[in-house]
Amino acid sequence: MKYLILIYSNPASRQAWEGLSPGQRGEGLGVYAALREDLQDSGELIVSEALADPSLSKRVAVHDGRTMTTDGPFAEVKEQLAGFFLIECESLERALEYAARVPEANFGLVEVRPVMDLSGFQL
Amino acid sequence: MTPQVLGALVRHFGGFDRCEDAVQEALLAAALQWPTEGLPSNPKGWLITVASRRWTELWRNESARRRREENALLLAPVDVVPIADTDDTLTLMLLCCHPSLTTVSQVALTLRAVGGLSTPEIARAFLDPEATVAQRISRAKQRIKASGAEFRMPPPGEFAERLVAVLHVLYLIFNEGYTASSGSALHRVELSSEAIRLTRQLRARLPENGEVAGLLALMLLTDARRPARTRQDGTLVPLAEQDRRLWDAQFIAEGIALITETLASAPIGPYQLQAAIAAVHAEAARAEDTDWLQILGLYELLDNIARGPMVTLNRIVAVAMVHGPRAGLEQLAKAESDPALAGHHRVAAVRAHLLELSGDHESARSQYRLAASRTLNIPEQHYLESRAAQLTRPDQH
Repeated sequence: MKYLILIYSNPASRQAWEGLSPGQRGEGLGVYAALREDLQDSGELIVSEALADPSLSKRVAVHDGRTMTTDGPFAEVKEQLAGFFLIECESLERALEYAARVPEANFGLVEVRPVMDLSGFQL
Repeated sequence: MTPQVLGALVRHFGGFDRCEDAVQEALLAAALQWPTEGLPSNPKGWLITVASRRWTELWRNESARRRREENALLLAPVDVVPIADTDDTLTLMLLCCHPSLTTVSQVALTLRAVGGLSTPEIARAFLDPEATVAQRISRAKQRIKASGAEFRMPPPGEFAERLVAVLHVLYLIFNEGYTASSGSALHRVELSSEAIRLTRQLRARLPENGEVAGLLALMLLTDARRPARTRQDGTLVPLAEQDRRLWDAQFIAEGIALITETLASAPIGPYQLQAAIAAVHAEAARAEDTDWLQILGLYELLDNIARGPMVTLNRIVAVAMVHGPRAGLEQLAKAESDPALAGHHRVAAVRAHLLELSGDHESARSQYRLAASRTLNIPEQHYLESRAAQLTRPDQH
């Protein structure tokens, strides 16, 4: 089963991050590195990425065949998607265990969504 | 041939990881040379020789640094490996399904090392990025090394458990191929054929094992339905509506003969029972000729030895076919208290089906919708939505 672990940021989590000393930041990044390493080691990681700042985001709209883009519209949105892990593991419980290791879980900003399966099913 | 070549190397040199790299490079050399220079008189010997030379090169490169201090050159192995006449396929399968690996890694490693598929082929088959699969395989090999596992048969006390893992991996590979949606199937390696081929190899090594035979029969009887299970537009056709003339008669004959012989001689097991159920379906010329009483009996046996949520639901469908939809619905209500089934989309799907059989189309429609909203499988979602749409609203009459 594939699961997407979505990691959000909000003003409180950003403030907490900004208030950390370089040493503490290093520790925080180390938590991510260890999580990534464990997922890779067990073969359960498919892909993980950290996303650039939302201010760099473009919103795309097509009207009458013309593509329009506008700059990152989401500044007023409090919770922003900051990164994700796409993993493949045997149970939801296991996915939740991994998700709980993401530091943002301390702010309630981590979500686990099952991925829809494109393959068929047995009839 | 790949597992035999790999087996010969691992037996001679030890160290699964480097041997696997050497064999992959020998296969690459063969793919480049054989078409132009012709097939060698002894292809297996050729591969073993080339792979062992490559192994030596790899070993020398890796030990170059140590060599100065240790003068280890004296220990360099001979270039040509005597061809072992033992067949190591089974040992290799058991190693690839080592308990230190997660199931996804076992699957990838088995396809690579035993099936001889390339990393890009495996990646395409599972719709995963190539880099992910490459990493999965290389980490799995490292993990086997770190666990201290050796290339030999597990002790007798562990054998049965290890074989269960191998059968499970083969079954997963088969299912992945069997359930592939037709749209993307174009670029997918034929995983079900590969699983059948590997299971045949396993059966050649363990001809007396009832569960190996049962799994092979199950695969053959299931794969036989493939030509009938999708329409031209790729939508799925349920078993009851399939055109049975399209089923593969040869696979059915082989599967029925195999499971009949096995049930008579081996201790019973879950794969054999599932194969027996598939055989009963295969024996019915039309859906309405199905011997549901026999199927119900087999599901009751299966429920006793390998209880699981899907077995329970399938048994309930059989109950409904034998004793009527009301009896099935009653049992379904009871089964739902099992936490593994509570809120499961398949409960709603079965309930919808039984309600439809009982004539309560309005409730059936809402249950199909509920099941569609809960499934994680896109083709299944389309199927459930179409079932809901086919049931006309009572207020339209």
